[in-house]
Amino acid sequence: MAIPKICGIETEYGISVRGSVDFNPILTSSLLINAYAKPAFRRVRWDYEEENPLRDARGFERSQPDVVAEDESGLVNIILPNGSRYYVDHAHPEYSSPECSNARDAVIWDKAGERILEESVAAAMPLLREGERVFIYKNNSDGKGNSYGTHENYLVNRQTPFPQLVKHLTPFFVTRQVFTGAGKVGAENGAEDVDYQISQRADFFEVEVGLETTFKRPIINTRDEPHADPEQYRRLHVIVGDANMAELSTYLKIGTTALVLRMIEDDFISEELSLAQPVRSMRTVSHDPGCRATLELSDGREMTAIEMQWEYLKLGKKYAQDNETDTGTSEVLERWEAVLEALEADPMSLATQLDWVAKLKLLEAYRERDGLAWDHSKLKLIDLQYHDVQRGKGLYWKLAEAGKIERLVLEEEIAFAIDHPPEDTRAYFRGECLRRFSDSIVAASWDALIFDSGDEPLRKVPTMEPARGTKAHVQALLDASPDVSSLLANLSS
Amino acid sequence: MSDQTRKPRPKKEEEASEASETTSTEEKDEELEDLLDEIDEVLEVNAEDFVRGFVQKGGE
Repeated sequence: MAIPKICGIETEYGISVRGSVDFNPILTSSLLINAYAKPAFRRVRWDYEEENPLRDARGFERSQPDVVAEDESGLVNIILPNGSRYYVDHAHPEYSSPECSNARDAVIWDKAGERILEESVAAAMPLLREGERVFIYKNNSDGKGNSYGTHENYLVNRQTPFPQLVKHLTPFFVTRQVFTGAGKVGAENGAEDVDYQISQRADFFEVEVGLETTFKRPIINTRDEPHADPEQYRRLHVIVGDANMAELSTYLKIGTTALVLRMIEDDFISEELSLAQPVRSMRTVSHDPGCRATLELSDGREMTAIEMQWEYLKLGKKYAQDNETDTGTSEVLERWEAVLEALEADPMSLATQLDWVAKLKLLEAYRERDGLAWDHSKLKLIDLQYHDVQRGKGLYWKLAEAGKIERLVLEEEIAFAIDHPPEDTRAYFRGECLRRFSDSIVAASWDALIFDSGDEPLRKVPTMEPARGTKAHVQALLDASPDVSSLLANLSS
Repeated sequence: MSDQTRKPRPKKEEEASEASETTSTEEKDEELEDLLDEIDEVLEVNAEDFVRGFVQKGGE
């Protein structure tokens, strides 16, 4: 049975310091986060106890990791009052958004993440040595074969058999690139040469299903770490997506995937859309900005990515007529349909809506004006700088400020989301507790808060149900609790 | 098949008169040129070095 698609987006940002002789991405990421965070939030540590990144959704647990996990315990890792986690992951600053209940909120709290990084850059600049400048990019590749991720997470019913998810999501993920791609100049990781491609990430996918995220990347990731009641829930960890600047790209990425997941949970998809070669098809779709290439299905049919997306859209419309769906699903369906129509007629007509098309149009304009060949380094620079989170520098923001990119959410909503959690998931309880009682919280994680009231042993308050702890559930209780002792007493009663 | 869900394809602006089409295209070109000029001012200098210097450790 379908359950609400509570979701979140984790983004590893590209980081670079210019004018430095000994740039260390881990130290600089830490510097950035510490410079941003108020001391009160800096001292609340992340609680790792419930984390099991090596547990596999197919039912086994790896005892010997292939990669030695870095000792992350010493790295900066904080929780912000908007319910997000802001930390150093490997060699990148990472922002994991709070849990959201719908695609539009996911866009707002994802954009809030960009602003947090932008503010971090401003806060860190005075701490750098003379002549040094720090740059943060919301992208997924350095253009030299190194990729870092933007992962989506969706709450999924544990009863849904994992093979069903694999079966129906794989063709969906391969073909949704036509609207989720962030665009990239050139190819990487041994992929066939190409001038420009739709996705930042497609070249890096090498297997269909697996646990890894840093090598042999799978289209379907099997990490089974629900951060919620494991009897009831999975957290589907989606690693195939690009980091998007364009709000519509993020909105459709989340909205359409959430709807497809609901259909899978309700066993609604009877169509056979399995691809003969999913991994190869990832690249075929990405390497075809004309969106005309056909993919071979397991049953021998040939379809374009757009045609396959029409099949999912058709099912989604039918499903939404008779079933409960997440807030805003009818708008998601409308935008999905309009984008597919436009892609079919002329992909370039989406230059004001989708990242990969906006970037391509900008690159083509430069090519024409300056007579640049596709391998010119200026085009690679434009590709990179499109993703700079500093609004005075980032080319996405130049387009947006000139009205060349459609915005879906309001600046006021983003500003609010920097310091406030979504109100209709457990992120509300986490964020509000952080805002009100940060002095008395010793640790926090997705599924628990640990309080120290000073006069009794530490108290762990589990938050295993992502749909609870909303404003409707706990605001009155929080308002009636002037301090942590009264909060804990009220929670127990 | 999927055709059932499709709205009729939007007609290209064939109804628009040729003259107004030309004007709007010119305006758009000019707008885009202005934007490129503006972007020129924020683009990092020495593209080749800048791009070469952007090397990341893998993540995830």
